[in-house]
Amino acid sequence: MLLLIISIFIIGFAILFLRPTKDSKYFKFLSILPFGLFLYFLQFIPEIQSAKKNLIFENQWIPSLGISLDFKIDGLSLLFSLLITGVGALIYFYASSYMSRDPYINRFYCYLTIFMGAMLGLVLSDNLISLFMFWELTSISSFFLIGFNTNNEDSRKSALWALSVTGLGGFFLLASFVMMNSITGTFSIQELFSQSEVLQSNYQYYVIIAFLFLGAFTKSAQFPFHFWLPGAMKAPTPVSAYLHSATMVKAGIYLLARFTPILSDGEVWNMVLMCVGGTTMVVGAFLSVFKVDMKSVLAYSTISALGILVFLIGIGTEIALLAASTFILVHALYKASFFMITGIVDHETHTRDLTVLSGLKKKLPIVAICAVIAALSSAGVPLTFGFISKEIIYGSTFDFDFWTYNSVLILTALVLITNVFLTSAGLLVGIRPFFGKLPEKFENIHKPDYKLWLPIVILSVFTLLFGAFPFIADQGIISAVTTSIYRSQITQELHLWHGWNTILLLSGATIVLGFILYFIIKPSHKTVEKFDSLNRIGPQNIISVIAENIKLFAFKYTRFFHNGYLRSYILFIIVFIIGIVGYKFFNDVTLKINTNDLSPFRIYEFVIFVLIISAIIVITFTQSRLTAIVSLGVVGLSICLIFVVYGAPDLAMTQFAIDTLTVVLFVLVLFKLPSFLKFSNTKNKIRDGIVSISFGILIALITLQALFYPSNKEVSKFYAENAYLLAKGKNVVNVILVDYRGIDTMIETVVLSIAAVGVLSILKYKSEDEETRE
Amino acid sequence: MELLLVILVGVLYSSGIYMMLRRSMVKLLIGIILLGNGVNILIFLMSGITKGKAPIIPADQTGFMGAYADPIPQALILTAIVISFALTAFALVLLKKAYTLTGTDDLDSLNIQDLDI
Amino acid sequence: MKKRENNIRPKLDTIILKTATNYLLPLLIMFSLFVLIRGHYLSGGGFVGGLIASIAFVLHSFAYNTKRTISLFRFRPLYLIPMGLSLSLFSGLLPFLISKPFMTSIWFLDSVAVIGAFGSALLFDLGVYLVVIGVVLTIIFTISENV
Repeated sequence: MLLLIISIFIIGFAILFLRPTKDSKYFKFLSILPFGLFLYFLQFIPEIQSAKKNLIFENQWIPSLGISLDFKIDGLSLLFSLLITGVGALIYFYASSYMSRDPYINRFYCYLTIFMGAMLGLVLSDNLISLFMFWELTSISSFFLIGFNTNNEDSRKSALWALSVTGLGGFFLLASFVMMNSITGTFSIQELFSQSEVLQSNYQYYVIIAFLFLGAFTKSAQFPFHFWLPGAMKAPTPVSAYLHSATMVKAGIYLLARFTPILSDGEVWNMVLMCVGGTTMVVGAFLSVFKVDMKSVLAYSTISALGILVFLIGIGTEIALLAASTFILVHALYKASFFMITGIVDHETHTRDLTVLSGLKKKLPIVAICAVIAALSSAGVPLTFGFISKEIIYGSTFDFDFWTYNSVLILTALVLITNVFLTSAGLLVGIRPFFGKLPEKFENIHKPDYKLWLPIVILSVFTLLFGAFPFIADQGIISAVTTSIYRSQITQELHLWHGWNTILLLSGATIVLGFILYFIIKPSHKTVEKFDSLNRIGPQNIISVIAENIKLFAFKYTRFFHNGYLRSYILFIIVFIIGIVGYKFFNDVTLKINTNDLSPFRIYEFVIFVLIISAIIVITFTQSRLTAIVSLGVVGLSICLIFVVYGAPDLAMTQFAIDTLTVVLFVLVLFKLPSFLKFSNTKNKIRDGIVSISFGILIALITLQALFYPSNKEVSKFYAENAYLLAKGKNVVNVILVDYRGIDTMIETVVLSIAAVGVLSILKYKSEDEETRE
Repeated sequence: MELLLVILVGVLYSSGIYMMLRRSMVKLLIGIILLGNGVNILIFLMSGITKGKAPIIPADQTGFMGAYADPIPQALILTAIVISFALTAFALVLLKKAYTLTGTDDLDSLNIQDLDI
Repeated sequence: MKKRENNIRPKLDTIILKTATNYLLPLLIMFSLFVLIRGHYLSGGGFVGGLIASIAFVLHSFAYNTKRTISLFRFRPLYLIPMGLSLSLFSGLLPFLISKPFMTSIWFLDSVAVIGAFGSALLFDLGVYLVVIGVVLTIIFTISENV
C-alpha cells in the first residue's frame, strides 16, 4: 500500500516530463491510472463486507516517536478511496479534452495526480501524524490547482485564500493531534478507539475537539469559514468538479466521521456539529438560489450539502449516520455531474451566466438529459439516488423515538427549508440552461467531444442504478461505512419504498416547493449585487481586515526594532537583559558577599586600579582619537600588570605584546581620520549612560554573587597534576594549549589565518568603483 | 582586591557598552575592545585569584606542592587575547574601507549606502 | 600605489633607531625563539614567541620601511601561515605512524640540552609560532602598505 501511494506521487512528477503537443491526445490515457486504482480498491469490497479482519498495512517510519505510515482500509476509507479514484478517473478523462489547449496541461495533470495521492493517503492513514501530513499535502496541492490560471489575479488570490484558511485549520488540527497523543501516548487511530473514554474524561477534551473542529470546518467550508469555497471556483472546471464533489472539501467530513467513535461524547460534540452544520446548510442553500453564475450556484449548494453532512454526523444516530454515508455518495455523483455539465456549457458557449443561457437542449441533447437526471437527483425525485438519501435524511430528523416533539419540528423544518432551496438550486443549474428558447448567438455552437460527455453519462447511469436498486449501494459499501462510523453492526437498510408515511409527504413537499421556488426566483444580476454588498460585513471581509492590520502591525513592529541602527539593536538587547536578569536577580537572589578569604589589599594594586579607571574615563570623554587610543593602551598595559601580580606570566606577556600591536594598528589606520565628530546629543548620552552604568552594576553584582560560591577545580586539578606525568611539560598553561586542548589551538590558528586573509583581501583587491576613482 | 576587580569589571562593561552605543565607528570598536578586556578579567576573577603563584611546576619537582593559580582560565584568556587582536585588525580594516567609501566615521552613513544599492 | 606610500608613511627616519634596530632585530628574534622553546617548562610558548618576533619585524619596518623588512624574508610573510598550519597538522598526524589517536603527544628525545624533552608538542608550538608571525605581519604590512 505504501508502495502504491508513493508510486502515485512518482508518476505525478513523471507526468511533468510529458510534452504537451498541439492537441495533447495522449493525456486521456492518464485516466488509466485512477481507473486502475479504482479497480484495485473494488477488490476490497467483499473483504469489507465480511468485516471479520482489519485490513491494515503496517510500515514503520519513525518508530521512536510512534510515527508510522500505517494504512488501514475500512468501510469509511474504502468509500472515500473509491470516490477519489472513481470520480478521479472521470475527471482525468474529462480534463484531457477540456484542458487540451492549455500549454501547461502536463503541470495540470501533475498537480492533479499529487492531489489524488494526497487524498488517498489522507483517507487511508491510520496514524495521526501521517494523516496530518497528507492533510497538509492536499491543502498545498489544491493551492496549485485552484491557482492554476496563474496569470489571473483573482485566481491567485482565491488560491491564497483557500491555502490560508485550510492551512490555519491544519495548524489547529496538528495541535489537536499532539494533545491527543500527550494524553493517550499513541498516534495510532486504531489504538485511540480503545482510549476514547480516557480522552473524554480528560480536562483538555474540549480544547481537543475545538481544535479538531477548526481543522474540519475550515477544510469543509463550514460557516463562518465557507467563503474560500466560492472563491475557489476560479479554478478550471475539472478541478472544481474534483475538489468540491468528492475530495478536498469532503476531507473535513471524513475527519469528523473518523473521529466520531473516538471523540463523540453525545453532548457537546453533537451539539456543536448540529449548530454549525445546521447554520451552514441553511445559509448555503439560501444564498445559492440568488446567484447567476452556474458555478457560484454550485459552490453555495456544495457548502449547503457539506452543512447537511456535518449536521447528520452531529445527530449521530444510526439512521443519521446511514443518511450521511448515503448522502456522501449521492452528492458526489450529482455534484460532479453538475460541475462537468457547467464545464461543457462554459466550453461551448463561453458563458456561465444563467440569465443568458437557455434552450441548449437542442444543441446538447445528451448533456441535457444528464443535467435533468442530476437535477432530479438533487431534488430527490423517486427512482433517482437522491430520493433514497432524502428519505433517510428526513428519517433521521423525523424520529419521535429519539427527539422531543419540539426538536423534531425544528430540525425537520430546517432540513425542509434547506432541501427546498437546494432543489431549486439544482433545477436552476440542471433545467434552466437547457429549456426555453434558444438564443440566436448559440445557434452555431459545436458539439462537445465524447471525452466531455461520457463521464457525465456514466455518473448519471450510477445515479439511476443506485436509485432504482438501492440495495446494490447498501450491500456494497454504505452499510460498511456506517458500521465503521457507528462502531457496531447497523440494522437499518436502504429501501426504495418506505410506504405511505409522513416522510414521503415531506419528500413530496420538498419537490413541489422547490419547483415553486424555482419559478418564483428569477436569476438576475441585481439580486447578486445586493448580496455582494452584504459581503462587507461577511467573515471574509472581517478576516481580510484583521490580516491587513496584522501586516501593518508587523511592519511597524519590524520598523521599530529593525531600524538599521546598530546602536538601537545593542540598546534593545542590553535593556532586555537588564530587565530580565535584573528582575530575576533582585527577586530570587539574596546578595551574599564573600568577605572571608579575600586576598589582602595592597597599595600598588590600588594604584593600578586608579590608573585603569582614569584611562577609561579619558577614553569615554575625549574628543581626540589619538588620546583615546593611547588611553586604550594604558588600560591594556595596566591589565597586563594585574596579570603579573596574580600569577599569570603567560597572560601578561601576551597581553603586553598584543597591546603594543593594537596601538600600532590603530595608529597606522586612524592617524589620518579626522577627530571624533559630535554626533550624539546630550539627551541620548544621558540615556546611554544610564543604561550602560546599570548594566555594569548588574554585571558587577552578579560577579560578586558568583564569587561567593567556590568554583569547580576538578578539571584544573587534573591538568595540573598530570602536566608533567603525561605531557612532560611544567608550564601548565602551555601544556593545555599545545597538548590537552591542541585541537582547539589548531582551530584558533585557523581563525587567525582567516582574519589575515580577510584583511589582505579587503585591502588588496579594490572594487572597480575605487579603481576608477583613483 | 577581589572587590576592586569586581568594580573594574563593572566599569569596563559600562564603558564598553557606552562606547558601543555611540554613532562613531571607531568608538564602537574601542567599546568592543573594552568589553573584551572586561570579559577577560571576569573569567580571570571567576576562578579565584591567587597571588604570585604561576601555574608552573618548579624545576626540581614533578608536581605542585603549594597553591597555584588556576591554569584553565589563563589558557582561555590567552586564546581570547590573541583572537581579539585578529578581530580588532579585521574590524579596523573594514572601518577604514567604510570610511574611504562613505567619507565619514558615522555608522548611520552605512544605512544610506545600503539604500542606494 | 607607490606614490601613496611615500606620502603616508610616518616619518621615523632617525639614525639612532635604524642602528639600534640592526642589533635589536636578531636579538629579539633569538629571544622569541628562546621564549618559544622554553614555553613547555617556563612561561612562554608559541603565541608569545610569535608575537615578540612580529614586534621585532614591525620595529624594523618602522625604522626603515615595509619593503625593506619584507626583503629580509625570501618570501611574503603570508606564506608563513600555510607553513605553520601544515606543521601543526603534521605534528598532530605524527602519532598515526605508531597507530595512536590524532594529536597524541609523542617524544623523540628525552633530554636535549636547553630544550628539554623534544616531541611533537614542540613541533606543534613551532607551527603556532609561524602562524602568529605570518598573521601579524600580513595584517600590519598590508595595512601600512595600503592605507
